[in-house]
Amino acid sequence: MARFIVRRTISAIALLLATSFLVFSFFELIPNYNPARAIAGRNANQTTVDQVAKKFDLDKPFYVQYVHTMKLIFTGQVIDYQNDLNVVDQFKTRFPVTLSLVVPAAMIWLVVSILLGSISALRVGRLTDRLVMVGAIVGVSVPIFLLAALLLYLFAYKLTWFPNTGYTHFGDSPTQWAYHLILPWISIAVLSIGFYSRVLRSNLLDTVNQDYVRTARAKGLSQRRVFRRYVLRNSLMPIVTLFGLDFALLLGGAALVTETVFNLPGIGQFEASAIGNLDVPPILVGAIFTAFFVVLFSAITDVLYAVLDPRVRLTG
Amino acid sequence: MAVDPASRHADPSQDAAVASPAEGAAGFLIGEAPEKDPWAEGQHAPAIGPWKLAGRRLRRNKLALSFLGLFIVLVALCLLAPVYSHSIAQIGPNTNNVTGTVNVRGHSENVVSLDGVPIGPTFTRHYLFGADTNGRDLAVRLLYGGRTSLLIGGVATLIIIFFGTLVGLLSGYLRGPVDAVLRWFMELIWSFPPVILGVVVGTALAFGGIGPIKGNSIFIPTLIIGGIYIPYLGKPIRGEVLRLREMDFVDAARVVGISPWRIMLSEILPNTASTITVFVPIMLANAILLEAYLSFLGAGVQAPNASWGTLISDGLNYISTTPTFSLIPGAMLVLTVLSINVVGDGVRDALDPRAQVRIKT
Repeated sequence: MARFIVRRTISAIALLLATSFLVFSFFELIPNYNPARAIAGRNANQTTVDQVAKKFDLDKPFYVQYVHTMKLIFTGQVIDYQNDLNVVDQFKTRFPVTLSLVVPAAMIWLVVSILLGSISALRVGRLTDRLVMVGAIVGVSVPIFLLAALLLYLFAYKLTWFPNTGYTHFGDSPTQWAYHLILPWISIAVLSIGFYSRVLRSNLLDTVNQDYVRTARAKGLSQRRVFRRYVLRNSLMPIVTLFGLDFALLLGGAALVTETVFNLPGIGQFEASAIGNLDVPPILVGAIFTAFFVVLFSAITDVLYAVLDPRVRLTG
Repeated sequence: MAVDPASRHADPSQDAAVASPAEGAAGFLIGEAPEKDPWAEGQHAPAIGPWKLAGRRLRRNKLALSFLGLFIVLVALCLLAPVYSHSIAQIGPNTNNVTGTVNVRGHSENVVSLDGVPIGPTFTRHYLFGADTNGRDLAVRLLYGGRTSLLIGGVATLIIIFFGTLVGLLSGYLRGPVDAVLRWFMELIWSFPPVILGVVVGTALAFGGIGPIKGNSIFIPTLIIGGIYIPYLGKPIRGEVLRLREMDFVDAARVVGISPWRIMLSEILPNTASTITVFVPIMLANAILLEAYLSFLGAGVQAPNASWGTLISDGLNYISTTPTFSLIPGAMLVLTVLSINVVGDGVRDALDPRAQVRIKT
């Protein structure tokens, strides 16, 4: 286990550095992009542009800029081009919002898709199965922003059951917090429910034909026990991998569409506006942040794999 | 536990083969292609080839056929956009009409009200589905936007199929340094979520264009979408080629002295055809969805061109007053993607009957 952690940590640091370098060098490659001019504005004269370039070290060679920016990021001093905000502070204050959006949504989609996938596989070919699969295929065909728009229209404007946008901190009022987040949770969860329940159903249908399932049945275990202990347990493995990656990406700001539509002040919303303005520091911090979660959750996934499947041994 | 008699593989020890459904932003496609054994078919029905059998199965799938019909109708409607614009609505897709009025069942109404709210659906020949903020006819823009969305999705799919197959063949057959370089590129693209990668690259290129292509050209989103999804086809094809290259018929071809290119194109490529076929609808649906996401986030189709994504995005500001503005383009988008997905499921089931294995629990 100690060996596993050490090896993973080393490869994680290498990956974080590689990601940040790639993202940073990408902006060097954009044709006609002069960040100093973009910051100074359309009508700025050359002196202003030069001052801006000096302020953000944009007049230095590429590798010097990279090292300098990375130093600022890890000392928590990096500021964005557009509003002079401290990017690390922004991430700190916005991360709880993203957490409150993503964690409950992930719980909802995991529980619902395991239920629906199992029901569908157990009733394969029957009406229940067909209905669930129709629902699932519709779910994967609706883009998140459209579902969000539809939910906003129906439940916030037409029926006025839920507030249209905005966010209340959990500490201020847990009920208001949930009340404001129900529509965003649904928006994120539906796509994944559709996708995961389809994958799970197909895994279950494959697993049920395995020899060990036949053996388990032959030795007289109850159907319920065979399903839970043998079929479902083994079918969940691909779901675990998928979930680890999806969850990591969402924590890193991939929920930007939902956060934008519902005006939630999370990381994704900050990232979306930074990308729109080609504001390099927040994009860079976002990439490092996402890569961190991807590495973390891929390690957690491997541990879970070893728990679910005793044949798997942890290796770096 | 009874296995469908049509199944070619009664062998349950085969790996799980999940051809993933189309999925959107947050997740990834699963790159495992269904395993095929082109020779086993003959053992059951010596006279009929696997493709013919698949065709028969698909023709029996009424659901898939009706959604194929729906898809054809939607494409035809979008192709007829100029006819509708010219003969019925009598207004171009980019013609502004902020101060104009429209005759709705006897009385005239402002196309855009004095406080800037565009008119809703009139259900007459002019402004059938209402107007946008610039007084442009939404129905006309809906059809032209559909042309853009379908064009981008279609061309991007061609790019994905061509380069994905090429990369998969080269990487899997040649191995060595070629494989190492191609895999590095594929892993690089694969490791970023499609929407985020697309939005960053899209914004950057919309800013300055690339070479002779201007920043607002629809080729930019097309190239980006094509490029992003190449590994999603390239990786499964590579896996398939790695398996095929060890088979006896490839050895035989090598011994006879056929050049590597000929072996790749005439021995291995035909055997990957069913995997590629399964991926065509998946890629098309994903390409259209990704275009919508990029356009929604301002990194795809640029003004004055419209696509379903930009129309939904424009309409979002009026979701409380004129919900049809974003929900009608949304409905078109969902119907299109849904019909492609249903047809895609039908094609996958027809080519891989193992997916229909019946169980009794």
